[in-house]
Amino acid sequence: MNLLEVQHLKKYYATHKAVDDISFNIAQGSIFGLLGPNGAGKTTLLRMITGIFHPDSGDILLNGKPFDPMMDLQYIGYMPEERGLYKKMMVGEQVLYLAQLKGLDKKTAQAKIKYWFDKFELHSWANKKVDELSKGMQQKVQFISTILHEPKLLILDEPFSGLDPINSNLIKQEIFHLSEKGTTIIFSTHRMEQVEEICDHIMLVNKGHKILDGSVKQIRQDFKQGLFRIGVGVIPNPAQMATWHFTIVKVEDHAYVLKRNPDSTTNDILLHFINQEIPVTYFEEILPSINEVFISQVQRTETLAAPQPA
Amino acid sequence: MNKISLIIQREFISRVRKRSFLIVTLLVPLAFAAIIIIPALLAGNSGSTQKVAVVDKSGYFKGHFRDVKDVYFKFLDTPIDSIKKNYAKEGYSGVLLIPAIDLNRPSGFEYYSEAQASIMLENALTSNLNDAIEKQRMEVNGIDKSKLDAIHADVTVDFRNSKDEKKGSSAASFVLGYASGFIIYLMLLLFGTSVMRGVMEEKVSRIAEVMISSVKPFQLMMGKIIGIAAVGLLQFIIWGILLTVLSMVMPLFLSPDAMHAASQSSSNPQMAEAMQKVSFVMARINWPLFIGCFVFYFLGGYLFYSSLFAAVGSLANEDASDVQQMTLPVTAPIIISFLIVIKAVADPTSPLAVWASIIPFSSPLVMMARLPAGVPGTVAIWQLLLSMVLLIAGFIFTTWLSGRIYRTGILMYGKKITLKEAFKWVFSKS
Repeated sequence: MNLLEVQHLKKYYATHKAVDDISFNIAQGSIFGLLGPNGAGKTTLLRMITGIFHPDSGDILLNGKPFDPMMDLQYIGYMPEERGLYKKMMVGEQVLYLAQLKGLDKKTAQAKIKYWFDKFELHSWANKKVDELSKGMQQKVQFISTILHEPKLLILDEPFSGLDPINSNLIKQEIFHLSEKGTTIIFSTHRMEQVEEICDHIMLVNKGHKILDGSVKQIRQDFKQGLFRIGVGVIPNPAQMATWHFTIVKVEDHAYVLKRNPDSTTNDILLHFINQEIPVTYFEEILPSINEVFISQVQRTETLAAPQPA
Repeated sequence: MNKISLIIQREFISRVRKRSFLIVTLLVPLAFAAIIIIPALLAGNSGSTQKVAVVDKSGYFKGHFRDVKDVYFKFLDTPIDSIKKNYAKEGYSGVLLIPAIDLNRPSGFEYYSEAQASIMLENALTSNLNDAIEKQRMEVNGIDKSKLDAIHADVTVDFRNSKDEKKGSSAASFVLGYASGFIIYLMLLLFGTSVMRGVMEEKVSRIAEVMISSVKPFQLMMGKIIGIAAVGLLQFIIWGILLTVLSMVMPLFLSPDAMHAASQSSSNPQMAEAMQKVSFVMARINWPLFIGCFVFYFLGGYLFYSSLFAAVGSLANEDASDVQQMTLPVTAPIIISFLIVIKAVADPTSPLAVWASIIPFSSPLVMMARLPAGVPGTVAIWQLLLSMVLLIAGFIFTTWLSGRIYRTGILMYGKKITLKEAFKWVFSKS
């Protein structure tokens, strides 16, 4: 069941196409990574999903029904990349205010605020003005105000920027926790290690176009290049390594990175080592990191987009 | 609708709770009161009585000096040098020396004292000297003073409305019209820039994007505008109450004598007469209509301009100096309107005043300047109604226009936005 379906979404500005015909689906309860270099159109895309911008064309379906900002905004929680809070407002009042604007009644909101402030150890700060808080604290306040109304769709734009590892981890655990409880999460970032760790599904955009989307596992499989790492107990002499089954990409300490010949199998490689009586300590496939896929795909589309010499 | 009331509440409470609100709200009536009380107190208390020694060598003045309030004169025959040394010891505050003068060219009067002479004392001295000299000259020229007094004319003209026969006074409507025009002028600028700063704060602190993911931009803008209007109205109400209370309490603190002195402190009969006329016309004015119109034109003008201020605020970037330039197209009409007010109070039926009181951009100020001159009469009913309808239409239009600029501007970061671009947004499709 898809919580969100986006079909042929377009948003053009006078000078450029910010989002040019992007379609994707997000399954209920999944964590969806939206990746792309700066200026790829991520923020515009998110702003359309949050009802801030109207698309020029295309459809957004939430729970199978057309997205209606009047009705559906309360089901969405959005934490923009550029954090914003009223600086002169008290922390507690501010969170209450934002929660009430999302349709929570005062009592429910206050109970939830107590729960989250306990959890994030913010109670002593509730009556302080926002600008008296450290940046990391403000970030936590912002996060709480985004999730307090228990959105069905949570949109986080760079949620970890500016957080120390401890608070990063705290928020990360909350993201997992919310996901387990069924919240669908869109996670926009360009920090790839977090994507692999957190996301089930990713979509890569550049210059307003979708470059690829799929599950993290699937994408790494799709872009693997037949690389393997083999550990050896004894360092063989170079003559022993000569075979047409693979080429050596890199020599490491008691290990080799090999590129398999497309016509050979992994067993051919292992057989070669066995025949040469080289003791094998381990053998593993090297899958590309999302970071590598990201860089290679962005570069590929850039060169495709560049005018070809005649 | 619930959301917009939440926004109104926040805007209202966050401002009313500020210390500056309390200070301004209390200080303004106090300043008003001070303007009235302090001269009265000063006039009342200038009062350590002064004894002035007069040494008259001419002999024209003895017997012709009248003691005025708190200043007493004593003619002495002691030699000048000794009295100049000893006047303080003998209890005088100063010495007036009158040389032997020529009645046709009187000169050489001198006053010696340690302390700087007050204006009151100076007036007392010169008026006594002048009166005495004039009296002497009349006698010399054979003019009978009682005859002269009988010749002296002092007429007044009653200005009456041709329809209702009511007495009017141009001076009073001038003062009231000018004051209400000025107050609306100040309020529009004050609350307008308050709206603008609020919008800028939301944009620069980036809360706008969070807000817009919960409410419509138009709700955010209107919530702010209405919230600040409520602050303004609250302020008016408090001022009204405080001024009423002060005007009732004030006489208790001041002796009737001092109050009298205050009203006479100008010691200018024309001014006193004008004051009397003013108070007379104040009583004649249709206060419910006037106050009703004042609130209407304050709110109408505020709604007309504040949305424009909001639109300008939404174009702001981190660099606040850009905004300074862009506020000019919004503040200029307000300032021009005030210049028209100055003309309109002097001549409320001139074509400029009439049309400026009907056209929405200037009507909030100019109509309030014309109203005290009389409705109906100076201001025809059709003019008032047309002006009100146009003002309502006007603020609906500016709100629509600003809303369209605002919703784009509030989320536009990074590049400098020109007014020309902003106007393109007005007509861009949603």
